[in-house]
Amino acid sequence: MNEFQRRALKNRVIVVILVVLLCVYLFPLYWMFSTATKSKVDAFSLPPKWVWRPQGDNFRGIFYVGAGGALGTVRGIELKLKPSAFLRQLGNSIVVSFVSTLLATFLGALSGYVFSRMRVRGKDDLLFVILSSRMLPPVVIAIPLVMMYRSLGLFDTRFGLIIMYTVFNLAFAVWMMRSFVDDIPREYEEAALVDGYSRFQAFFKFVFPEMRVGMVATAIFSLIMTWNEFTFSLLLTGERARTAVPSIAHSLGTAGVNWGHIAAGSFLMVLPVVVFTFLLGGNLIRGFTFGAIKE
Amino acid sequence: MARLVIENLTKRFGRVVAVSGLSLEAQSGTITVLLGPTGAGKTTTLRCVAGLEHPDSGTIRIGERVVNDLPPKDRDVAFVFQNFSLYPRYTVFENIASPLRIRNISRDEIERRVREVAHFLHIDHLLERRPIHISGGEMQRVAIARALVRNPQLFLLDEPLTNLDAKIREEMRTELKRLQGETGATFLYATPDQAEALSMGDRIVVIRQGHVVQVGTPHEIYHYPRNVFVADFVGSPGMNFVPALFEGEGKLNVGPGYFTFELPEEAASVCRRTLKRPEVLFGIRPEDILLSIQGGEGWYPAQVDVIEPLGVIQIVRLRLNGHVLRVRGEEGASFEAGERVFFRFKKEKVRIFDRLTEERIF
Ligand SMILES: Nc1ncnc2c1ncn2[C@@H]1O[C@H](COP(=O)(O)OP(=O)(O)OP(=O)(O)O)[C@@H](O)[C@H]1O
Ligand SMILES: [Mg+2]
Repeated sequence: MNEFQRRALKNRVIVVILVVLLCVYLFPLYWMFSTATKSKVDAFSLPPKWVWRPQGDNFRGIFYVGAGGALGTVRGIELKLKPSAFLRQLGNSIVVSFVSTLLATFLGALSGYVFSRMRVRGKDDLLFVILSSRMLPPVVIAIPLVMMYRSLGLFDTRFGLIIMYTVFNLAFAVWMMRSFVDDIPREYEEAALVDGYSRFQAFFKFVFPEMRVGMVATAIFSLIMTWNEFTFSLLLTGERARTAVPSIAHSLGTAGVNWGHIAAGSFLMVLPVVVFTFLLGGNLIRGFTFGAIKE
Repeated sequence: MARLVIENLTKRFGRVVAVSGLSLEAQSGTITVLLGPTGAGKTTTLRCVAGLEHPDSGTIRIGERVVNDLPPKDRDVAFVFQNFSLYPRYTVFENIASPLRIRNISRDEIERRVREVAHFLHIDHLLERRPIHISGGEMQRVAIARALVRNPQLFLLDEPLTNLDAKIREEMRTELKRLQGETGATFLYATPDQAEALSMGDRIVVIRQGHVVQVGTPHEIYHYPRNVFVADFVGSPGMNFVPALFEGEGKLNVGPGYFTFELPEEAASVCRRTLKRPEVLFGIRPEDILLSIQGGEGWYPAQVDVIEPLGVIQIVRLRLNGHVLRVRGEEGASFEAGERVFFRFKKEKVRIFDRLTEERIF
């Protein structure tokens, strides 16, 4: 075997391993999708059915209470379908994750710039404190948080969740944006300062445009983390403000386990994340390496 | 155009003292060169003048104003950075125009001035390109153009020619000097290159480890260096030094024991007056030594060690017991390594330094 053949063989082995790994990782997604689109009977049949007639009952079922049968009549009008709580919860998820992501990214960009460029007293300690907010598992601070939220009237409000997630994402955003700003040559703004620009003008004209890639990466991470977040939402909300992810888990408890509904709900939640990740793969990888790789 | 006066400037970075009690003056309409080896504090000094660093102590005056507490934008200086990267998102034209855009200058006027300065620096053809599509030397010229497009009180140039190749560098030296002369601009020009300093400076401020070592015209710096450091740093190659003993009267015993000669009376009298110890350093510039195959009255023997041809000139290294003498001469006179030769030097060009303090005595 010569060098080229050896290398080709090696590549082929690597590809095989990757394909196997990919299957392992994708299998839960497949299972979720199939359960969501199977009828109850198909979903529970053993051995599992590989071919089935897809049907949308589960999706209809999570959005509407009583799908398929009449609920009764109110003032002579027959009610067939009533929107379920899931729609509202999905709305909560969208509002809460987008607003907190925008806030965290914007604030993170500004403080990342300051941490990178200005002399701040106790800078390293501050950065450490900021990072340490991510070190505790959420459960540890759960009890005081719930008590504080209750007494401040933030419990079970979207606003309360937005604050929580903004703070939660801010630590990450500050660190990430700082490392992105570190990569932008100081001379850009220094030259502008000497040329007659104020610090704000210099920042917005010459530094901010260079920060955009970093901000997009930061925002995507925040968005995905918030969208998927479970613990805080479960602890800090009740009926009204709960987001979709813990709600799906919640349906485990009531009236038996409706696996079809859980699969459909989970699938809907995972779908945007998967699509997003595929669309923005390159940016994400750059984000993962924390600005360590330069173009 | 204005005069710049720096008094007692000190700037520390944590425990590093980058600039320490530095004072200098740049006369209006002249080129003042800040000459020093790497790490001497040149960039830090310029940054303090521009307002990009806040001095720990000292005052900086541009014209009649003390600018210590003014933000950079109000100091009216232009800065050519040592390693400036141009704004990647803007064309060369926009990069050069950027200092004008922030001022109330009409579009036509901006257009006219950018084209003028671009023409002067031979970068007309690059105006529409993005910085990533031009070479390093071209970038440097764009950076210079950005500074020249304005008409500030003071120009700060931090090694502006370092990244250029030799031919353009020499061309630009003359061009920059001509431009400065025509506009009557005030330049504070930092460089580690002594040849650049000598050819461009009206006055040179030699600094080392944040301190001013010597201030003077190129002539003074070259012929009357304040101490061994300046004598060695300026010149290519620098001055030769051999330990020597001053033997009363006017005799200098070089080596000691290698040869003894009679100092010119002027030098001898200074030595008699100021020397406390007889231990000195004998200093002579490489071009003030003559070589010959034949000996004779006043010629001293030595052995050729290495010959470095440098185009029209050559550097011959002579070995004198433990010491080396570099001799700079026209190429042509051919010597061979290992050959025995004789040398002579211009007595009036001999410089004498205290061996302990390394200060020049004569
Ligand atoms: N931001 C900084 N933080 C810490 N130390 C610094 C900083 N800037 C400069 N220094 C130190 O101050 C000293 C002077 O640096 P400076 O950049 O002024 O030297 P220079 O004369 O410009 O050298 P070069 O010719 O290499 O550009 C050096 O020892 C340098 O390490
Ligand atoms: Mg420097």
